[in-house]
Amino acid sequence: MLELRDIDVGYGQAQVLRQFSLNVEPGEIHCLMGRNGAGKTTTMKAIMGILPLSAGSILVGGVESNAVPAHKIPGLGIGYVPQGRRLFSELTVAQNLDIGLMAKGSNAGRSSKVLKGVLEVFPRLRERMEQRAQTLSGGEQQMLATARALCIEPDYLLLDEPTEGLQPSMIESIKQVAVKMRDRGVGVLLVEQHIKSVLSMADRVTFIENGRSRETVKPDDLRQDGTLLQKYVGL
Amino acid sequence: MSDLRKTLGLHVGLLLVLLALNWLLPAYHHGNLARIMVLASYAIGYNVLFGYTGLLSLGHAMFFAAGMYGMGLTVRHLGWSPAPAVLAGVGAGLVLSLVVGFLALRTTGVAFMIVTLMFAQAVFLTVLYFGEYTRGDEGFVIQQVDRILLGIDLTDPNNRYLAALLVFAICLLATFWLVRHRFGKTIIAIRENEDRTRMLGYDVFRHKLGAVVISGSISALAGATYGLLFGYAGATFASVQYSIFPLLWVLLGGAGTILGPFVGTLFMFYLIDLSSEITTAYMLIAGVTLVLLTLFAPQGLMGEVRARLFRWLP
Repeated sequence: MLELRDIDVGYGQAQVLRQFSLNVEPGEIHCLMGRNGAGKTTTMKAIMGILPLSAGSILVGGVESNAVPAHKIPGLGIGYVPQGRRLFSELTVAQNLDIGLMAKGSNAGRSSKVLKGVLEVFPRLRERMEQRAQTLSGGEQQMLATARALCIEPDYLLLDEPTEGLQPSMIESIKQVAVKMRDRGVGVLLVEQHIKSVLSMADRVTFIENGRSRETVKPDDLRQDGTLLQKYVGL
Repeated sequence: MSDLRKTLGLHVGLLLVLLALNWLLPAYHHGNLARIMVLASYAIGYNVLFGYTGLLSLGHAMFFAAGMYGMGLTVRHLGWSPAPAVLAGVGAGLVLSLVVGFLALRTTGVAFMIVTLMFAQAVFLTVLYFGEYTRGDEGFVIQQVDRILLGIDLTDPNNRYLAALLVFAICLLATFWLVRHRFGKTIIAIRENEDRTRMLGYDVFRHKLGAVVISGSISALAGATYGLLFGYAGATFASVQYSIFPLLWVLLGGAGTILGPFVGTLFMFYLIDLSSEITTAYMLIAGVTLVLLTLFAPQGLMGEVRARLFRWLP
């Protein structure tokens, strides 16, 4: 399980997360929702060790991840797809994936098998292998960013607004990937504003407000009680 | 033909052409090309850090000078023969780059440039301060008798050319190998997006330090070779001018390309050489040409060739 226990996180003097708690089970899609500035991306960055905790702890499969350097956190089994994709834009699709595969430190045979599995999830990338990442469409870039994160064979996948700015067909593709990962036993922590997507695939939804976790509910609760979305997201 | 065969063919082909030129060039250009190959080796070292890792150093002359003085001082004061003296030069560059890298990599961007510049100035001043041993500004000559390596007289133009080619080939092929393997791919990823590379699980600091050490060691090898082949070690080679040169050569030739440092060094060397025959204001011609190239070939000569013609160029 990926578990955040009463964490405090900030940027210098400005505290963003206050005693924030959350847990993601293997094989579930857990969606984090809240208004702009509520602390969603900060939560992701804290899990990845980009921002240090001033209190609390983060456990990945029982290991306290905040005690290890940031570059070792992916090795604990966490793949992160940040907002805005952050690809190696000058490199080709194949080179981007190669960097992901090398990070796992697998041998050539193993890497080839992992790559084959990743390309089965994203067949479109197979046709673009020699194309520079910056020349891909927005949706393809999102696929590549996600595919690269999958190259490290994560137990938990963090997706920060993966459908932002994408056309409906691409949103559907990204959703299918999240569901496929869940079905393979990967725990997915998803920051998402696209409410239809959340309702159709999330297993649990946690609302964050002013850096605190307010409520964790099931999608059915959201369907029945429209005031929750109004209250925490303004929809 | 696969990209690997094409690129390998191109690089080995260049080395064979350079080898053939040993017997074809007139004496003047023969001497120039030997010098260019050693300076291009220095630029190759610089390119590892600037072109492939994305770290702009303004202090690389300290590594070149460390190699030159590491070799020269052991020959002059300890009576070492050329082979161990060159190794001493490379060792000096390696240790210096490890120390400088460890400290300078605490900074990034402009601060990194300034810190490397300051370290280089400290090395320059050290060379002047210990003038009793280094002969300061004046420098010292390495005698012909001290430039015989395994029975080969390196003062002979033919031997000197072949020795320069050997060092250049080692640097070129080592970089070719480096950028195709895990370490090289990782430093390129760091250049593209440092945070993202870290988030994929790479120890960015360790890789950057490795790049500084490799870059510094290659630069030191070039410095030691230069001193040995041309028989002189002087403080000029530790000055800021020699930190700017490799930056210009790499920018002109194409940062992050294997052949760029050689092309840039060759171009710049002959630009100054030819324009100085035409006018005393040769630096004006060189300057205007550089501005034009920067405007119309911003990726450098080989960078433009890669972007427009041969995408497979490493």
